[in-house]
This record gives sequence, C-alpha cells and structure tokens, in this order.
Amino acid sequence: MVLGVAALLGFLTWGLVTSGDSGIGPGDPVPTATLPTLPPGSEASLEDFRGEWVLLNVWASWCVPCRDESPALEQFEKNNRGSISVLGVDTRDLSGDAMKFLEEYDINYAQIRDASGDYADDLKTTGVPESFLIDPDGNLVAHYSGPFRTEAEIEKFAAPALAAESKEEPAG
Amino acid sequence: MKRLISIVLVLTFVFGGVASAAEPQASLPQLEDEVMCPICGTLLGLSRAPAAERERVFIRGLIKQGKNEDEIKDALVAEYGPQVLALPDDEGINFFAYLVPVLAFILAALAVLYSVIRWRRNKRSEAPADRPPPTPKSDNELLDRDMEKYDL
Repeated sequence: MVLGVAALLGFLTWGLVTSGDSGIGPGDPVPTATLPTLPPGSEASLEDFRGEWVLLNVWASWCVPCRDESPALEQFEKNNRGSISVLGVDTRDLSGDAMKFLEEYDINYAQIRDASGDYADDLKTTGVPESFLIDPDGNLVAHYSGPFRTEAEIEKFAAPALAAESKEEPAG
Repeated sequence: MKRLISIVLVLTFVFGGVASAAEPQASLPQLEDEVMCPICGTLLGLSRAPAAERERVFIRGLIKQGKNEDEIKDALVAEYGPQVLALPDDEGINFFAYLVPVLAFILAALAVLYSVIRWRRNKRSEAPADRPPPTPKSDNELLDRDMEKYDL
C-alpha cells in the first residue's frame, strides 16, 4: 500500500518535472520542423531560410488578433522584401479556413501548416499570434507575444534585421 | 415467387440492420465527447473557444455530407493530427494509460483461471461417502433398501 502510494507520487512528480519547459531565450537556436506548405502541395522548414533574417509569425484563422495584425504584417513584408523574410506558421487550424484567411488578407509570404500544434509547442508559444525574429544562423534575436498593431511596431521589432541589411548595402 | 420475395425482404432486413449497426449515424454531441479541442487540451464538448467552434462547424459539415463517425474522425486527424482523438500519448508516463488496462486484464484472467483450477481440485477431492445414496427408481427398490437398512 505504502509502496503503491510512493510509486504514484513518484510518477506525478516525474510528470511535473518533465512538463516544466521554459521558453527559448535570445541566442538560442530556434527549433525547425519540415511541415506542409499553404497552399498544400509542398513542404518547407525554417531551415530553408538559413542565411536570411526571418520574422516567424505563428497564427490561426480562428484567432481574432491574428486578423487584426495581418494587414500590417503583409505591408511590412512587401516593404522589406529582400531585407527580411516573413514565414507564417498556421497552427491548430482547419486548412480550408486557413486558405480563406490568406485569400481574404491577400497574404503572399511563405506559409507552413502546423496542424497538430507540435511545432508551436516546440517554439514554446503560449498562444497566437506570436512572432520570432531569427538571425541568419537560425538563432533567436527577439520574441513578441500578441498582435502587432501597426507596421511601425513590426519595424521596431525587426530593427536588428533591418539595421544589419542597411549596413550591408554599398554606400552611395 | 412469393417465397423468393419474402427471402429477399428478410435478407434485406437482416443485412441492412447489420450494416446500419456497423456504421451508426454520426452526431455532434457524441463526437464532442470523443475528440479534443485543438487548442484547449479538453474534450471538444467542454470548450467554447473560437477554434472549437470552427471544429464544430467542420464536423457538422461532414455529418451533413453523410459521413460516418470513423470517416469524420479520419478527416479530423487529417486536419489536426492524431492528438485530436481523445486518446493519451503512447510516450512517457502516458504509456501507463495503455499498459495498466492490459496488465489488469491479464491479472484478472490469471485470477479467474486460478479460481477455476482450485474449485475443480476441491470438487475432485470431495469424498464419495459424503454423497447421498442414489434415489430409488421404484417402490420395490425403496422397500429393498429399507429392508437392508433395518435388517428385517
């Protein structure tokens, strides 16, 4: 009886200890996963963007704040194409709903579909939307929870990427 | 001819009944207790989150198309992955959710087997003298037996 209770307590403690994950910190490598693209038909990964600055945005079509930030994000991507790549990660979403969302907001940047939410879990997200600024080596530079309200907010968040790109441009 | 029609009708009833029993009509309330909300970590029936509402719309659409429960679950797995089914993972501590029922079944089967063997052994070891004499078949036999008993 005592052994049984001790074993049960042991299992519960083990479960609690193993579930206590902390988030990804600046400088840490950002997890990658090869996932289906949106629209479907191919596969892609954050790994494919190695050598580029990336703004990874985790979103879902059922998420109202994601809808609110979409126009600003799309505008930011258009204005800074070449300096930084935006990668959308549609998580725990219906593919049909996600496609409608992309069409409605005329979003053209790369998208991968995290149907199960496992990748969002690997990224230690606590909700949607969440954004990650990732350097060309695949390490985290900054993390932002919640929606961006304006393009200026996104530019401020992505400033290290934009600054690095302007340094590389030839003078004159 | 009438006999042939009767046979066809009976077969239709029998096999129709079997088919409908194998593929019951799917219903949202039933499925809500068997699948998970994709973001809440609870059964779909317990959630009113926007993602859960979208999942309900998706299920209703499939029910309307006449899909059965298994087909709807397959479609949900294709959309959200296997976690959408209200089944625990088979890794780590969750593996015990699968292991414990199997062990319990094996132990219960062994207990039943042991009880049966013990009962049969006890039955065999019972002394035949304890058994009552066979019931006489007729009055004459009864009389003979009593005569033997009282030595008359």
